Amino acid sequence: MPTVSVGRDRLFAALGRSYTQEEFEDLCFSFGIELDDVTTEKAIISKEKHLEEEKPTAEDEIIYKIEVPANRYDLLCLEGLAQALRIFSGQEKIPRYTVAKISKESMHKMHVKKETSLIRPFVVCAVLRGITFDEASYNSFIDLQDKLHQNICRKRTLVAIGTHDLDTLQGPFTYEALPPQEINFVPLKQVKNFRADELMEFYKSDLKLKKFLHIIENSSVFPVIYDRNRTVLSLPPIINGAHSAITLKTKNVFIECTATDLTKAKIVLNTMVTTFATYCERKFEVEPVEVISFDGSSSVYPDLSEYNMEVPLSYITGSIGVPLEVDEVTNLLKRMQLDAENSGSGQNISVSVPPTRSDILHPCDVMEDVAIAYGYNNIPRRKLSSLKPLPLNQLSDLIRSEIAMNGFTEVLTWILCSKKENFEMLNRKDDKSTAVIIGNPRSSDFEVVRTSLMPGMLKTVGHNKDHPKPIKIYEVGDVVLLDEKKDVGASNHRLLAALYCGANSGFELIHCLVDRIMEVMGAPFVSVPDNSGYYIEPSDEPEFLLGRQAKIIYKGRRIGIFGIVHPEVLNNFDIPDPCSFLELNIEYFL
Amino acid sequence: MAEDAILGYLAAAEEIPDSGQFASQHGLHHSDVVNVIKSLHGFRYIDAQDIKRESWVLTDEGKKYAAEGSPEVQLFLAVPQEGSISKDELQKKLQPSVFKIGCSQAGKNKWVDMGKQVSRKVQHVEDKVKELLIRVQNGEEISKDDVNSLKARKLIVAQTWKGYSVRKGPNYAPKRKKVATDLTRENLQRGDWKELEFKEYNFNAKGPPSESGHLHPLLKVKQQFKNIFVQMGFEEMPTNNFVESSFWNFDALFQPQQHPARDSHDTFFLEAPSTTRELPEEYVELVKRVHESGGYGSRGYMYDWKREEANKNLLRTHTTAVSTRMLYALAKQPFAPKRYFSIDRVFRNESVDRTHLAEFHQIEGLVCDRGLNLGDLIGVLEDFFSRLGMSKLRFKPAYNPYTEPSMEIFSYHEGLKKWVEIGNSGMFRPEMLLPMGFPEDVRVIAWGLSLERPTMILYGIDNIRDLFGHKVDLSLIKRNPICRIGLN
Repeated sequence: MPTVSVGRDRLFAALGRSYTQEEFEDLCFSFGIELDDVTTEKAIISKEKHLEEEKPTAEDEIIYKIEVPANRYDLLCLEGLAQALRIFSGQEKIPRYTVAKISKESMHKMHVKKETSLIRPFVVCAVLRGITFDEASYNSFIDLQDKLHQNICRKRTLVAIGTHDLDTLQGPFTYEALPPQEINFVPLKQVKNFRADELMEFYKSDLKLKKFLHIIENSSVFPVIYDRNRTVLSLPPIINGAHSAITLKTKNVFIECTATDLTKAKIVLNTMVTTFATYCERKFEVEPVEVISFDGSSSVYPDLSEYNMEVPLSYITGSIGVPLEVDEVTNLLKRMQLDAENSGSGQNISVSVPPTRSDILHPCDVMEDVAIAYGYNNIPRRKLSSLKPLPLNQLSDLIRSEIAMNGFTEVLTWILCSKKENFEMLNRKDDKSTAVIIGNPRSSDFEVVRTSLMPGMLKTVGHNKDHPKPIKIYEVGDVVLLDEKKDVGASNHRLLAALYCGANSGFELIHCLVDRIMEVMGAPFVSVPDNSGYYIEPSDEPEFLLGRQAKIIYKGRRIGIFGIVHPEVLNNFDIPDPCSFLELNIEYFL
Repeated sequence: MAEDAILGYLAAAEEIPDSGQFASQHGLHHSDVVNVIKSLHGFRYIDAQDIKRESWVLTDEGKKYAAEGSPEVQLFLAVPQEGSISKDELQKKLQPSVFKIGCSQAGKNKWVDMGKQVSRKVQHVEDKVKELLIRVQNGEEISKDDVNSLKARKLIVAQTWKGYSVRKGPNYAPKRKKVATDLTRENLQRGDWKELEFKEYNFNAKGPPSESGHLHPLLKVKQQFKNIFVQMGFEEMPTNNFVESSFWNFDALFQPQQHPARDSHDTFFLEAPSTTRELPEEYVELVKRVHESGGYGSRGYMYDWKREEANKNLLRTHTTAVSTRMLYALAKQPFAPKRYFSIDRVFRNESVDRTHLAEFHQIEGLVCDRGLNLGDLIGVLEDFFSRLGMSKLRFKPAYNPYTEPSMEIFSYHEGLKKWVEIGNSGMFRPEMLLPMGFPEDVRVIAWGLSLERPTMILYGIDNIRDLFGHKVDLSLIKRNPICRIGLN
């Protein structure tokens, strides 16, 4: 995206009011440009020279760097930008650009020679009559050429612009292509005469110009423009002649654009003349030039005619998703510099695309301008059908794969178990206030709904005595606890359990698994009693060995426990090897 | 020994006031006593309080004189009781340092006459220096003046003596129990686990580092994005084709051939294979026409479209090249609505810095249906981004050659307290869709973003090279938490 630097105060003067930076940013945002940077001339220079940045003083002019869309050449300078924003804010009407009505005889003429087709076949011209520059507008005029050269002209390969003080020249003009040895002139900013081939050598050391030399360097002929006295206007796309250089005092400007792409040449010429016709004696009027080809055909430039586009109202409203009337649409379009009216039938809108809006190719571009003027952020949303996953199950799945990556094997055990397994075998007493009890169990295996994953895990180890040690298993599953707050009096809880069984207890291994789980949950290790993360505190529960068991406290709440399984419990489950066990509630991580 | 002595002593006594005295009383080395005290303290059998004392110890020189006598006495004894000895003779009888110091000290003490000939002035001397040094060595007190004179001669130096006073601790027992660090199979087999006392476990430190495997953070985030798309009813496009022709990457998207993105500054073109072997000719003709002269209601770009440009191969600059192929295939079928997504590698000829890489991942989603409008686009974006935890969005008009309207997506960043751009979106232009053969009322809304940017924000990474590529810090990959995108 191209960036345009404009003086803030000049911009605000042109907009007829001043803005706070935030207000101006909002205006840019809704129009589709962006305030990229706020700086000063000094800061830009010191940045280029890699100097320490000085504090800006009150006298330094604030410069706004504004990013504009790559297809809006009309916004590449302050004049165009300010005009577009004034019209967008409804402060100004769309200007009508006209070509001065003069007879063909009194028109300046540009004769195109055949040889130009070998190197750079097209030229288009125009005259800005009675222009008044001040320093700022003069600089802007130069800057705009630079910006156009950089962007649409693709570094002068497609189009090159030459601007001249018409009063120093005499028409008719000729656009020729000659062997370099035959071209002699004093180029801009030089005092001495150069032959074109020598000039190319000379510019090889010129930082600014050397990057354009390749465009014509290897050609047998160079493009060149002369006036009737054989004064060289320019050697496009490299340099203009010194003779016709424009100054602050120049009144009449002759503009020529030479090109390999005629469409782009016309756009560039139109952009130059429409932007600066505002400084002409007859505002918005441009004097035409006749370009006469070697084959006798002739064209008059600039072509400032408006392009008419018929756009169905239904296309606009249907694409945006807002029911708008014709009047509303035409009013919105006028704010985007597109003159529009009801085309009679009531269902079509007739849009006049001005010469400044070369970006409008298709009704979809008109539709976009309606949407911008209406405000993207005011368009009512329509939601497509979609599904949302259950966060708890997604979290469970994420944790499950993390634990498997720690080398643990997943098991899937039964929810139902015997009372004995759920309590006595874990060295616990049934306090009658935790477990859901089955009323009609078919066997003692299905008496209660588990309140811990521990019995299922221990049963698994007990039945895998012959499995090589160590055994590392885990399960993520639900337990059910009595819950007064629930309509049915019981609620599920998602627990994670992991168990290590080997020649020794593997307590440290389970401890490090705790750390890893907390790490992947993004919980930092803190010291007691910090509630921003987790810490570990010794505990005293009967199913674990005293001194080798601890609770996990996360954000001040006990979320789990780990420890060496008590030898009596191991014995109850017929496990001959020491085990360490971890159990924690993952719902706290949601 | 030392442990039994300490625990045994405390069985009867309240306190061991000084470990140093205790050691000498019991004929133990103080260092052994100190080690035992530290260990017993660790298991809280005893409580120990530090004691510090300044004391004097002999320097090497001091130790030498304590054994051999002071130099002045050695010199005095070397002088005959009667008569004299020549200085040279005397020097030969003594070590050089002893002679030198002896001369000056004996002279100062007026014990001898120092000349060419040396003779005694007194008949009898006491070696007071040696005597003092021996007293210091034995830990006895000496007067301040004596300390100063020995210190001045660098025969003694100050040393801090450290010891303890000891009382019974909360776990005091006359005999230490056997401590275990872990429960073993043998403990269970022997049944001696009941007698085991475990060494105190430090829960204030983290456990040992884990030996787990780890997934790359970028791919974890990618997986979550994939899940989100699937939940929203999107089908994944096959993106396993990095080499693409300019035609599918640009021309078919109505991106003009002079567009800056098609510069070698932005795009990697290929030396081999330099051009594509084939293109669908009928479609190419339609694309050429829409670029050159428009049609389908468009003015076109009005330039000479060149086949050679379209044939140039490149590394795809966006996954939209794949979307274009998919849409082209879709348009050939009787129309059915589709939702497509892809997340894969794209390539840009950019210089690498903190925020740019020559390759990165593009996330892209598109919906193709009849009668879609901007409200649908905004709606689907809000649905998508709210799943990433970004529910405060706003949209800025923008320019993109193949979408019209185009909208940049901004999200309000609570941490930065500002709006940040998070992606791009738009409706594909009719000049792109109609040559493919879609019915006129079919519209395609699409959006794209990079995978790296949200990941960097998510994991607080500010240099893209720390995240992706060979300069990555492996511990960063190991440390990073699960990706919670989509859990909101």
